[in-house]
Amino acid sequence: MKSIKDTTAIVGVATTDFSTDSGRTEYSLACEVIKAAVDDAGLRLDQIDGMVKDVVDGIDAMYVQKALGMETLSYSSDSHWGTSPLLNAVTAIASGTANYVVYFRSANNGSGKRAGSDFRAAKETKDESLDLIRYDFYSPFGLLTPAGMIGMGVRRYYDDYGIDPAQIGWVPVVCSEHAAANPHAIFFDAPIGHDDYLASDVVVDPLRRLDCAPEVDGAIAVVITSAERAKDLADTPAVVMSVAQGTSTEGENLSSYNREVLSRLPEMELMGRELFRVAGIGPSDISVAQLDDRFAPLVPMQLEALGFCGEGEGAAFCEGGDALRVGGRLALNTNGGFLGEGLLARHERDRGGPPDPWHLDQPGRRRGVGAGGHRCGWPCGRSDPAPVAITAIATATAGAGGASRWAGFIDRASTPEVVAA
Amino acid sequence: MTIEYVPGIPILKASLDDDNRPFWEAVNRHELVLQRCGACKLYLQPPRPMCPECHSMDTLEWVESPGRGEIYSYVNFTTDRMAYPAMKVPYSVVLVELEEGVRLVSNMIDLEPDEVKIGIPVEVVFDDISDDLTLFKFKVRES
Repeated sequence: MKSIKDTTAIVGVATTDFSTDSGRTEYSLACEVIKAAVDDAGLRLDQIDGMVKDVVDGIDAMYVQKALGMETLSYSSDSHWGTSPLLNAVTAIASGTANYVVYFRSANNGSGKRAGSDFRAAKETKDESLDLIRYDFYSPFGLLTPAGMIGMGVRRYYDDYGIDPAQIGWVPVVCSEHAAANPHAIFFDAPIGHDDYLASDVVVDPLRRLDCAPEVDGAIAVVITSAERAKDLADTPAVVMSVAQGTSTEGENLSSYNREVLSRLPEMELMGRELFRVAGIGPSDISVAQLDDRFAPLVPMQLEALGFCGEGEGAAFCEGGDALRVGGRLALNTNGGFLGEGLLARHERDRGGPPDPWHLDQPGRRRGVGAGGHRCGWPCGRSDPAPVAITAIATATAGAGGASRWAGFIDRASTPEVVAA
Repeated sequence: MTIEYVPGIPILKASLDDDNRPFWEAVNRHELVLQRCGACKLYLQPPRPMCPECHSMDTLEWVESPGRGEIYSYVNFTTDRMAYPAMKVPYSVVLVELEEGVRLVSNMIDLEPDEVKIGIPVEVVFDDISDDLTLFKFKVRES
Protein backbone atom coordinates (compact mmCIF):
# COMPACT_ATOMS: atom_id res chain seq x y z
CA MET A 1 0.00 0.00 0.00
CA LYS A 2 1.23 3.45 -0.89
CA SER A 3 2.32 5.40 2.17
CA ILE A 4 1.07 8.91 2.82
CA LYS A 5 4.31 9.77 4.59
CA ASP A 6 5.73 13.10 3.40
CA THR A 7 3.33 13.32 0.46
CA THR A 8 1.39 16.37 1.65
CA ALA A 9 2.06 19.62 3.43
CA ILE A 10 0.29 22.34 5.33
CA VAL A 11 0.90 25.58 3.49
CA GLY A 12 -1.50 28.07 5.01
CA VAL A 13 -2.94 28.72 8.44
CA ALA A 14 -5.21 31.38 9.88
CA THR A 15 -7.34 32.17 12.86
CA THR A 16 -9.85 34.88 13.53
CA ASP A 17 -9.82 36.88 16.70
CA PHE A 18 -11.20 34.88 19.57
CA SER A 19 -13.61 36.11 22.17
CA THR A 20 -16.45 35.07 24.40
CA ASP A 21 -18.87 36.89 22.13
CA SER A 22 -17.86 37.49 18.53
CA GLY A 23 -21.02 39.41 17.69
CA ARG A 24 -20.90 37.77 14.24
CA THR A 25 -22.34 34.74 12.58
CA GLU A 26 -20.36 31.53 12.29
CA TYR A 27 -20.59 31.96 8.49
CA SER A 28 -18.93 35.34 8.74
CA LEU A 29 -16.11 33.91 10.85
CA ALA A 30 -15.70 30.98 8.44
CA CYS A 31 -15.44 33.17 5.35
CA GLU A 32 -12.90 35.46 6.98
CA VAL A 33 -10.69 32.64 8.19
CA ILE A 34 -10.75 30.63 4.98
CA LYS A 35 -9.79 33.64 2.91
CA ALA A 36 -7.01 34.47 5.38
CA ALA A 37 -5.62 30.92 5.27
CA VAL A 38 -5.67 30.89 1.47
CA ASP A 39 -3.95 34.31 1.42
CA ASP A 40 -1.39 32.97 3.88
CA ALA A 41 -0.61 30.14 1.48
CA GLY A 42 -0.15 32.56 -1.39
CA LEU A 43 -3.04 30.97 -3.26
CA ARG A 44 -6.27 32.27 -4.77
CA LEU A 45 -9.68 31.13 -3.58
CA ASP A 46 -10.47 29.74 -7.03
CA GLN A 47 -7.55 27.34 -6.68
CA ILE A 48 -9.12 25.65 -3.65
CA ASP A 49 -10.88 22.50 -4.86
CA GLY A 50 -11.42 20.63 -1.60
CA MET A 51 -13.19 21.54 1.61
CA VAL A 52 -13.31 19.64 4.90
CA LYS A 53 -15.44 20.75 7.80
CA ASP A 54 -16.36 19.38 11.15
CA VAL A 55 -19.74 17.84 11.77
CA VAL A 56 -19.74 19.40 15.21
CA ASP A 57 -20.11 22.85 13.70
CA GLY A 58 -23.65 23.78 12.78
CA ILE A 59 -22.67 25.35 9.50
CA ASP A 60 -23.57 24.54 5.91
CA ALA A 61 -20.43 24.21 3.79
CA MET A 62 -22.36 25.04 0.62
CA TYR A 63 -23.29 28.42 2.03
CA VAL A 64 -19.66 29.12 2.84
CA GLN A 65 -18.64 28.04 -0.64
CA LYS A 66 -21.24 30.36 -2.14
CA ALA A 67 -20.12 33.36 -0.10
CA LEU A 68 -16.49 32.76 -1.03
CA GLY A 69 -17.34 32.39 -4.69
CA MET A 70 -15.73 28.97 -4.91
CA GLU A 71 -17.38 27.50 -7.97
CA THR A 72 -16.26 23.91 -8.03
CA LEU A 73 -15.16 21.55 -5.31
CA SER A 74 -13.89 18.15 -6.42
CA TYR A 75 -13.75 16.93 -2.81
CA SER A 76 -15.65 17.78 0.35
CA SER A 77 -16.42 15.98 3.59
CA ASP A 78 -17.81 16.38 7.06
CA SER A 79 -15.49 14.89 9.60
CA HIS A 80 -17.63 12.98 12.05
CA TRP A 81 -17.07 12.30 15.74
CA GLY A 82 -13.48 11.39 16.27
CA THR A 83 -12.55 10.99 12.67
CA SER A 84 -9.70 12.99 11.31
CA PRO A 85 -10.31 16.03 9.10
CA LEU A 86 -6.59 16.19 8.38
CA LEU A 87 -6.66 12.57 7.24
CA ASN A 88 -9.59 13.42 4.97
CA ALA A 89 -7.63 16.27 3.44
CA VAL A 90 -4.39 14.31 3.12
CA THR A 91 -6.02 11.31 1.46
CA ALA A 92 -7.96 13.54 -0.92
CA ILE A 93 -4.71 15.10 -2.06
CA ALA A 94 -2.63 11.91 -2.04
CA SER A 95 -5.26 10.21 -4.21
CA GLY A 96 -5.28 13.06 -6.70
CA THR A 97 -8.92 13.87 -6.03
CA ALA A 98 -8.10 17.42 -5.01
CA ASN A 99 -5.11 19.74 -5.31
CA TYR A 100 -5.70 22.25 -2.52
CA VAL A 101 -7.94 21.40 0.42
CA VAL A 102 -9.04 23.82 3.10
CA TYR A 103 -10.08 22.50 6.49
CA PHE A 104 -11.93 24.91 8.71
CA ARG A 105 -13.83 25.17 11.92
CA SER A 106 -16.07 28.02 12.93
CA ALA A 107 -18.14 28.17 16.07
CA ASN A 108 -19.60 30.65 18.48
CA ASN A 109 -18.96 28.45 21.49
CA GLY A 110 -18.48 31.23 23.94
CA SER A 111 -21.75 32.97 23.16
CA GLY A 112 -23.79 30.67 20.97
CA LYS A 113 -26.10 27.78 21.51
CA ARG A 114 -24.62 24.55 22.71
CA ALA A 115 -24.98 20.85 22.35
CA GLY A 116 -27.71 20.56 24.96
CA SER A 117 -29.96 23.04 23.25
CA ASP A 118 -29.33 21.33 19.93
CA PHE A 119 -30.44 18.03 21.41
CA ARG A 120 -33.54 19.56 22.84
CA ALA A 121 -34.52 21.16 19.56
CA ALA A 122 -33.88 17.91 17.75
CA LYS A 123 -35.96 16.01 20.27
CA GLU A 124 -38.88 18.30 19.73
CA THR A 125 -38.72 17.74 16.02
CA LYS A 126 -38.39 13.95 16.46
CA ASP A 127 -34.99 13.84 14.88
CA GLU A 128 -33.86 10.24 15.14
CA SER A 129 -30.17 10.52 14.49
CA LEU A 130 -27.94 7.87 15.97
CA ASP A 131 -26.58 10.23 18.58
CA LEU A 132 -30.03 10.98 19.87
CA ILE A 133 -30.93 7.34 20.07
CA ARG A 134 -27.90 6.83 22.23
CA TYR A 135 -28.62 9.88 24.38
CA ASP A 136 -32.03 8.43 25.12
CA PHE A 137 -30.32 6.24 27.68
CA TYR A 138 -28.52 9.13 29.37
CA SER A 139 -30.47 12.38 29.20
CA PRO A 140 -33.56 11.29 31.20
CA PHE A 141 -31.22 10.78 34.17
CA GLY A 142 -29.63 14.22 33.97
CA LEU A 143 -26.47 13.15 32.15
CA LEU A 144 -26.17 15.44 29.17
CA THR A 145 -23.20 17.77 29.32
CA PRO A 146 -19.75 16.66 28.14
CA ALA A 147 -18.18 17.29 31.55
CA GLY A 148 -20.66 14.90 33.11
CA MET A 149 -20.33 12.26 30.44
CA ILE A 150 -16.54 12.32 30.50
CA GLY A 151 -16.55 12.30 34.30
CA MET A 152 -17.67 8.67 34.43
CA GLY A 153 -14.47 7.52 32.75
CA VAL A 154 -12.34 9.94 34.73
CA ARG A 155 -13.77 8.53 37.96
CA ARG A 156 -12.77 5.01 36.93
CA TYR A 157 -9.34 6.21 35.79
CA TYR A 158 -8.70 7.76 39.20
CA ASP A 159 -10.07 4.73 41.01
CA ASP A 160 -8.41 2.00 38.94
CA TYR A 161 -4.93 3.49 39.24
CA GLY A 162 -5.13 5.18 42.64
CA ILE A 163 -4.66 8.64 41.18
CA ASP A 164 -4.84 11.71 43.38
CA PRO A 165 -6.72 14.43 41.43
CA ALA A 166 -4.17 16.92 42.76
CA GLN A 167 -1.64 15.27 40.41
CA ILE A 168 -3.87 16.15 37.46
CA GLY A 169 -3.82 19.81 38.50
CA TRP A 170 -0.35 20.17 37.03
CA VAL A 171 -1.85 19.85 33.54
CA PRO A 172 -3.85 23.10 33.67
CA VAL A 173 -1.02 24.76 35.59
CA VAL A 174 1.51 24.02 32.83
CA CYS A 175 -0.97 24.87 30.08
CA SER A 176 -1.65 28.22 31.70
CA GLU A 177 2.09 28.86 32.03
CA HIS A 178 2.52 28.23 28.31
CA ALA A 179 -0.54 30.34 27.53
CA ALA A 180 0.91 33.18 29.58
CA ALA A 181 3.37 33.84 26.74
CA ASN A 182 0.67 33.68 24.06
CA PRO A 183 -1.09 37.02 23.54
CA HIS A 184 -4.05 35.23 21.96
CA ALA A 185 -4.65 33.05 24.98
CA ILE A 186 -7.30 33.41 27.61
CA PHE A 187 -4.61 32.87 30.24
CA PHE A 188 -2.22 35.35 28.60
CA ASP A 189 -0.10 36.89 31.30
CA ALA A 190 -2.27 35.20 33.90
CA PRO A 191 -0.80 31.82 34.81
CA ILE A 192 -2.50 29.85 37.54
CA GLY A 193 -0.72 28.11 40.37
CA HIS A 194 -1.35 24.65 41.74
CA ASP A 195 -3.10 26.23 44.73
CA ASP A 196 -5.55 27.89 42.33
CA TYR A 197 -6.37 24.48 40.93
CA LEU A 198 -7.01 22.99 44.34
CA ALA A 199 -9.17 26.00 45.22
CA SER A 200 -11.25 25.90 42.06
CA ASP A 201 -14.84 24.72 42.35
CA VAL A 202 -15.81 21.13 41.76
CA VAL A 203 -18.28 21.60 38.91
CA VAL A 204 -19.06 17.99 38.06
CA ASP A 205 -17.43 15.78 40.63
CA PRO A 206 -14.72 14.49 39.92
CA LEU A 207 -13.93 17.49 37.69
CA ARG A 208 -12.94 20.92 38.93
CA ARG A 209 -13.60 24.05 36.92
CA LEU A 210 -9.92 24.29 36.03
CA ASP A 211 -10.03 20.73 34.64
CA CYS A 212 -12.40 22.04 31.97
CA ALA A 213 -11.25 24.13 29.01
CA PRO A 214 -12.83 27.57 28.58
CA GLU A 215 -14.86 28.00 25.42
CA VAL A 216 -14.46 30.75 22.88
CA ASP A 217 -16.00 32.10 19.69
CA GLY A 218 -13.85 32.01 16.60
CA ALA A 219 -12.64 30.14 13.56
CA ILE A 220 -9.53 28.42 12.30
CA ALA A 221 -8.47 27.16 8.89
CA VAL A 222 -5.56 25.34 7.31
CA VAL A 223 -4.70 24.77 3.67
CA ILE A 224 -3.20 21.44 2.64
CA THR A 225 -1.65 20.52 -0.68
CA SER A 226 0.83 18.02 -2.05
CA ALA A 227 4.45 18.25 -0.96
CA GLU A 228 5.33 18.77 -4.64
CA ARG A 229 2.99 21.72 -5.14
CA ALA A 230 4.11 23.17 -1.83
CA LYS A 231 7.58 23.69 -3.26
CA ASP A 232 6.16 26.33 -5.61
CA LEU A 233 4.82 28.41 -2.76
CA ALA A 234 6.74 31.14 -1.01
CA ASP A 235 6.71 29.85 2.57
CA THR A 236 8.43 26.77 3.87
CA PRO A 237 5.75 24.10 4.08
CA ALA A 238 5.00 21.93 7.09
CA VAL A 239 5.32 18.45 5.65
CA VAL A 240 2.89 15.92 7.09
CA MET A 241 4.95 12.94 8.19
CA SER A 242 2.02 10.91 9.36
CA VAL A 243 -1.64 11.19 10.06
CA ALA A 244 -3.97 8.60 11.50
CA GLN A 245 -7.27 8.08 13.20
CA GLY A 246 -8.51 5.30 15.41
CA THR A 247 -11.83 3.83 16.38
CA SER A 248 -12.50 0.95 18.72
CA THR A 249 -15.26 -1.39 19.77
CA GLU A 250 -18.34 -0.12 21.60
CA GLY A 251 -17.25 3.41 20.93
CA GLU A 252 -19.48 6.40 21.60
CA ASN A 253 -18.68 10.06 21.60
CA LEU A 254 -17.83 10.96 25.21
CA SER A 255 -19.26 7.86 26.82
CA SER A 256 -18.48 4.32 25.55
CA TYR A 257 -19.87 2.99 28.80
CA ASN A 258 -20.27 -0.57 27.58
CA ARG A 259 -16.70 -1.34 26.75
CA GLU A 260 -14.53 -3.52 28.94
CA VAL A 261 -12.83 -0.75 30.91
CA LEU A 262 -13.44 2.99 31.00
CA SER A 263 -10.03 3.94 32.31
CA ARG A 264 -8.12 3.58 29.06
CA LEU A 265 -8.34 5.00 25.53
CA PRO A 266 -8.16 2.02 23.15
CA GLU A 267 -8.80 4.12 20.05
CA MET A 268 -5.92 6.37 21.01
CA GLU A 269 -3.68 3.31 21.39
CA LEU A 270 -4.66 2.12 17.91
CA MET A 271 -4.21 5.55 16.43
CA GLY A 272 -0.81 6.02 18.06
CA ARG A 273 0.49 2.72 16.72
CA GLU A 274 -0.55 3.65 13.19
CA LEU A 275 0.77 7.16 13.54
CA PHE A 276 4.22 5.97 14.60
CA ARG A 277 4.25 3.14 12.04
CA VAL A 278 3.66 5.52 9.13
CA ALA A 279 6.16 8.06 10.46
CA GLY A 280 8.81 5.46 11.19
CA ILE A 281 9.55 6.97 14.57
CA GLY A 282 8.51 6.26 18.15
CA PRO A 283 7.51 8.09 21.32
CA SER A 284 11.12 8.61 22.33
CA ASP A 285 11.64 10.73 19.20
CA ILE A 286 8.93 13.20 20.16
CA SER A 287 9.67 16.35 22.16
CA VAL A 288 6.42 18.29 21.91
CA ALA A 289 2.86 17.04 22.15
CA GLN A 290 -0.31 18.96 21.41
CA LEU A 291 -2.81 16.76 23.20
CA ASP A 292 -6.54 17.14 23.66
CA ASP A 293 -6.91 18.87 26.99
CA ARG A 294 -10.58 19.73 26.84
CA PHE A 295 -10.59 17.97 30.19
CA ALA A 296 -7.28 17.81 32.02
CA PRO A 297 -7.40 14.10 32.97
CA LEU A 298 -7.44 13.23 29.27
CA VAL A 299 -3.80 14.30 29.09
CA PRO A 300 -2.31 11.58 31.31
CA MET A 301 -4.66 9.06 29.71
CA GLN A 302 -3.33 10.04 26.28
CA LEU A 303 0.28 9.95 27.48
CA GLU A 304 -0.30 6.33 28.45
CA ALA A 305 -2.18 5.42 25.27
CA LEU A 306 0.52 6.92 23.04
CA GLY A 307 3.35 5.18 24.87
CA PHE A 308 5.01 8.19 26.50
CA CYS A 309 4.71 6.34 29.80
CA GLY A 310 3.37 3.06 31.09
CA GLU A 311 -0.22 2.17 31.95
CA GLY A 312 -1.36 4.03 35.03
CA GLU A 313 1.78 6.20 35.09
CA GLY A 314 0.35 9.26 33.34
CA ALA A 315 -0.53 11.20 36.47
CA ALA A 316 2.96 10.68 37.93
CA PHE A 317 4.38 11.88 34.59
CA CYS A 318 2.41 15.12 34.99
CA GLU A 319 3.10 15.67 38.69
CA GLY A 320 5.14 18.77 39.39
CA GLY A 321 4.82 19.83 35.77
CA ASP A 322 8.52 19.74 34.84
CA ALA A 323 8.16 16.93 32.29
CA LEU A 324 5.43 18.93 30.50
CA ARG A 325 7.14 22.31 30.41
CA VAL A 326 9.03 23.63 27.40
CA GLY A 327 12.45 22.04 27.69
CA GLY A 328 11.06 19.11 29.66
CA ARG A 329 10.71 15.52 28.51
CA LEU A 330 7.58 16.31 26.48
CA ALA A 331 6.55 19.93 26.13
CA LEU A 332 2.76 19.92 26.36
CA ASN A 333 0.50 22.24 24.39
CA THR A 334 3.03 24.98 23.93
CA ASN A 335 0.33 27.47 22.92
CA GLY A 336 -1.50 26.81 26.17
CA GLY A 337 -3.82 24.19 24.73
CA PHE A 338 -7.54 24.30 25.10
CA LEU A 339 -7.12 24.77 28.85
CA GLY A 340 -4.88 27.80 28.51
CA GLU A 341 -5.69 29.27 25.14
CA GLY A 342 -9.34 28.46 24.65
CA LEU A 343 -11.55 25.78 23.23
CA LEU A 344 -13.45 25.87 20.01
CA ALA A 345 -16.02 23.18 20.51
CA ARG A 346 -19.69 22.96 21.11
CA HIS A 347 -20.10 22.18 24.71
CA GLU A 348 -22.17 22.93 27.73
CA ARG A 349 -25.66 24.25 27.55
CA ASP A 350 -26.10 27.88 28.38
CA ARG A 351 -28.55 28.78 31.09
CA GLY A 352 -28.32 32.50 30.66
CA GLY A 353 -26.11 34.95 32.44
CA PRO A 354 -23.16 36.92 31.20
CA PRO A 355 -20.87 35.52 28.51
CA ASP A 356 -18.11 33.64 30.18
CA PRO A 357 -15.81 31.03 28.74
CA TRP A 358 -16.65 28.37 31.27
CA HIS A 359 -20.23 29.52 31.40
CA LEU A 360 -19.50 30.14 35.01
CA ASP A 361 -18.72 33.41 36.66
CA GLN A 362 -15.06 34.23 36.19
CA PRO A 363 -14.13 37.50 37.84
CA GLY A 364 -10.61 38.66 37.27
CA ARG A 365 -9.83 36.43 34.33
CA ARG A 366 -8.86 37.94 31.04
CA ARG A 367 -11.55 37.19 28.50
CA GLY A 368 -11.52 36.15 25.30
CA VAL A 369 -9.11 34.78 23.01
CA GLY A 370 -7.66 31.58 21.83
CA ALA A 371 -6.86 29.64 18.77
CA GLY A 372 -7.86 26.28 20.10
CA GLY A 373 -9.65 24.14 17.59
CA HIS A 374 -11.73 21.19 18.45
CA ARG A 375 -9.74 18.43 16.80
CA CYS A 376 -7.21 20.96 15.77
CA GLY A 377 -4.42 21.26 18.30
CA TRP A 378 -3.01 24.58 17.38
CA PRO A 379 0.50 25.46 18.43
CA CYS A 380 0.27 29.19 18.47
CA GLY A 381 0.05 29.96 14.80
CA ARG A 382 3.36 30.93 13.27
CA SER A 383 5.22 32.18 16.29
CA ASP A 384 5.37 29.18 18.51
CA PRO A 385 8.69 28.93 20.31
CA ALA A 386 8.73 25.14 20.39
CA PRO A 387 12.36 24.12 20.23
CA VAL A 388 11.96 20.97 18.20
CA ALA A 389 11.30 20.04 14.64
CA ILE A 390 8.64 17.43 15.12
CA THR A 391 5.35 18.09 16.75
CA ALA A 392 3.01 15.34 17.74
CA ILE A 393 -0.55 16.38 17.41
CA ALA A 394 -3.14 14.22 18.98
CA THR A 395 -6.54 15.64 19.48
CA ALA A 396 -9.77 13.98 20.18
CA THR A 397 -13.42 14.49 19.81
CA ALA A 398 -14.27 12.04 22.48
CA GLY A 399 -12.88 11.93 25.91
CA ALA A 400 -12.44 8.99 28.17
CA GLY A 401 -13.71 5.98 26.34
CA GLY A 402 -14.60 8.03 23.36
CA ALA A 403 -15.23 7.26 19.77
CA SER A 404 -11.89 7.80 18.20
CA ARG A 405 -8.74 9.80 17.99
CA TRP A 406 -6.64 11.29 15.29
CA ALA A 407 -3.25 12.77 15.08
CA GLY A 408 -0.58 13.91 12.72
CA PHE A 409 3.12 14.48 12.81
CA ILE A 410 4.33 17.60 11.15
CA ASP A 411 7.96 17.85 10.16
CA ARG A 412 9.08 21.42 10.24
CA ALA A 413 12.78 20.68 10.38
CA SER A 414 13.79 23.51 8.12
CA THR A 415 12.21 26.24 10.15
CA PRO A 416 12.00 27.12 13.82
CA GLU A 417 8.30 27.64 13.43
CA VAL A 418 5.83 24.92 14.16
CA VAL A 419 2.59 24.62 12.35
CA ALA A 420 0.19 21.83 12.83
CA ALA A 421 -3.37 20.76 12.64
CA MET B 1 -36.20 10.48 46.78
CA THR B 2 -32.93 12.14 46.13
CA ILE B 3 -33.69 13.50 42.68
CA GLU B 4 -35.66 16.71 42.81
CA TYR B 5 -37.20 17.81 39.54
CA VAL B 6 -37.73 21.44 38.61
CA PRO B 7 -41.40 22.12 37.85
CA GLY B 8 -42.13 23.34 34.36
CA ILE B 9 -38.97 22.05 32.69
CA PRO B 10 -39.62 18.90 30.68
CA ILE B 11 -37.44 15.85 31.15
CA LEU B 12 -35.95 14.67 27.89
CA LYS B 13 -37.72 11.41 27.19
CA ALA B 14 -36.45 8.69 24.95
CA SER B 15 -37.27 8.98 21.28
CA LEU B 16 -38.71 5.60 20.46
CA ASP B 17 -37.78 3.66 17.37
CA ASP B 18 -38.00 0.04 16.34
CA ASP B 19 -34.64 -0.77 17.93
CA ASN B 20 -35.28 0.59 21.41
CA ARG B 21 -39.08 0.56 21.75
CA PRO B 22 -39.31 -2.80 23.58
CA PHE B 23 -36.91 -1.55 26.25
CA TRP B 24 -38.93 1.54 27.12
CA GLU B 25 -42.30 -0.15 26.80
CA ALA B 26 -41.08 -2.69 29.36
CA VAL B 27 -40.00 0.12 31.69
CA ASN B 28 -43.52 1.50 31.48
CA ARG B 29 -44.71 -1.93 32.72
CA HIS B 30 -42.11 -1.82 35.52
CA GLU B 31 -39.96 -4.47 33.89
CA LEU B 32 -36.32 -4.28 32.92
CA VAL B 33 -35.52 -6.10 29.70
CA LEU B 34 -32.22 -6.31 27.89
CA GLN B 35 -31.51 -6.98 24.26
CA ARG B 36 -29.65 -10.25 23.66
CA CYS B 37 -28.58 -12.19 20.63
CA GLY B 38 -30.38 -15.53 20.81
CA ALA B 39 -27.67 -17.18 18.73
CA CYS B 40 -24.50 -16.22 20.59
CA LYS B 41 -26.17 -15.05 23.83
CA LEU B 42 -24.37 -11.72 23.79
CA TYR B 43 -26.12 -8.91 25.68
CA LEU B 44 -26.30 -5.64 23.73
CA GLN B 45 -26.59 -2.19 25.28
CA PRO B 46 -27.57 0.18 23.83
CA PRO B 47 -29.90 -1.88 21.62
CA ARG B 48 -28.98 -2.15 17.97
CA PRO B 49 -30.27 -3.74 14.77
CA MET B 50 -27.53 -6.38 14.39
CA CYS B 51 -25.45 -8.62 16.64
CA PRO B 52 -21.87 -7.36 16.32
CA GLU B 53 -20.51 -10.88 17.01
CA CYS B 54 -22.45 -13.15 14.64
CA HIS B 55 -24.09 -10.45 12.49
CA SER B 56 -27.52 -11.96 12.69
CA MET B 57 -30.50 -9.63 12.66
CA ASP B 58 -33.39 -12.01 13.22
CA THR B 59 -32.10 -13.64 16.42
CA LEU B 60 -32.20 -10.51 18.55
CA GLU B 61 -34.50 -10.98 21.53
CA TRP B 62 -35.55 -9.19 24.70
CA VAL B 63 -34.96 -11.00 27.97
CA GLU B 64 -36.10 -9.96 31.39
CA SER B 65 -33.41 -8.89 33.84
CA PRO B 66 -33.64 -9.04 37.64
CA GLY B 67 -31.83 -5.67 37.56
CA ARG B 68 -29.12 -6.63 40.02
CA GLY B 69 -25.66 -5.17 39.81
CA GLU B 70 -23.28 -2.71 41.37
CA ILE B 71 -22.20 0.88 40.91
CA TYR B 72 -19.39 0.92 38.35
CA SER B 73 -18.88 4.68 38.26
CA TYR B 74 -20.72 7.91 39.03
CA VAL B 75 -20.60 11.67 38.63
CA ASN B 76 -22.09 14.27 40.95
CA PHE B 77 -23.50 17.44 39.44
CA THR B 78 -22.72 20.17 41.91
CA THR B 79 -22.91 23.31 39.76
CA ASP B 80 -26.20 24.50 38.42
CA ARG B 81 -24.90 25.72 35.09
CA MET B 82 -23.24 22.48 34.08
CA ALA B 83 -26.20 20.38 35.16
CA TYR B 84 -29.44 19.36 33.51
CA PRO B 85 -31.93 22.20 34.07
CA ALA B 86 -34.79 19.85 34.87
CA MET B 87 -33.02 18.54 37.96
CA LYS B 88 -31.91 20.40 41.06
CA VAL B 89 -28.27 20.20 42.09
CA PRO B 90 -26.62 18.46 43.71
CA TYR B 91 -27.60 15.22 42.07
CA SER B 92 -25.74 12.05 41.26
CA VAL B 93 -25.77 10.02 38.05
CA VAL B 94 -24.59 6.44 38.42
CA LEU B 95 -23.34 3.89 35.92
CA VAL B 96 -24.58 0.48 37.06
CA GLU B 97 -22.96 -2.72 35.87
CA LEU B 98 -25.62 -5.40 35.82
CA GLU B 99 -24.91 -9.06 36.52
CA GLU B 100 -25.51 -9.68 32.79
CA GLY B 101 -22.42 -7.55 32.13
CA VAL B 102 -24.05 -4.53 30.50
CA ARG B 103 -24.00 -1.08 32.05
CA LEU B 104 -26.88 1.37 32.42
CA VAL B 105 -26.85 5.05 33.33
CA SER B 106 -29.39 5.85 36.04
CA ASN B 107 -30.02 7.55 39.38
CA MET B 108 -30.10 6.23 42.95
CA ILE B 109 -33.31 6.74 44.90
CA ASP B 110 -31.87 6.24 48.36
CA LEU B 111 -28.36 7.68 48.33
CA GLU B 112 -27.29 11.29 48.55
CA PRO B 113 -24.48 12.27 46.17
CA ASP B 114 -21.85 12.15 48.90
CA GLU B 115 -22.92 8.61 49.82
CA VAL B 116 -22.42 7.13 46.35
CA LYS B 117 -19.37 4.89 45.99
CA ILE B 118 -18.01 2.50 43.38
CA GLY B 119 -18.92 -1.10 44.18
CA ILE B 120 -22.15 -0.53 46.12
CA PRO B 121 -24.57 -3.40 45.28
CA VAL B 122 -27.84 -2.14 43.78
CA GLU B 123 -31.13 -3.39 42.36
CA VAL B 124 -33.60 -1.85 39.96
CA VAL B 125 -36.74 0.05 40.96
CA PHE B 126 -39.22 1.97 38.85
CA ASP B 127 -40.11 5.60 39.32
CA ASP B 128 -43.43 6.85 37.93
CA ILE B 129 -42.44 10.47 37.57
CA SER B 130 -45.55 11.62 35.74
CA ASP B 131 -48.54 10.20 33.90
CA ASP B 132 -46.47 9.71 30.78
CA LEU B 133 -42.99 9.07 32.13
CA THR B 134 -41.59 6.10 34.03
CA LEU B 135 -37.86 5.69 34.54
CA PHE B 136 -35.80 2.79 35.85
CA LYS B 137 -33.70 3.74 38.84
CA PHE B 138 -31.72 1.87 41.47
CA LYS B 139 -31.66 1.38 45.22
CA VAL B 140 -29.09 -0.15 47.52
CA ARG B 141 -29.36 -3.97 47.58
CA GLU B 142 -28.74 -5.95 50.74
CA SER B 143 -25.89 -8.22 49.70
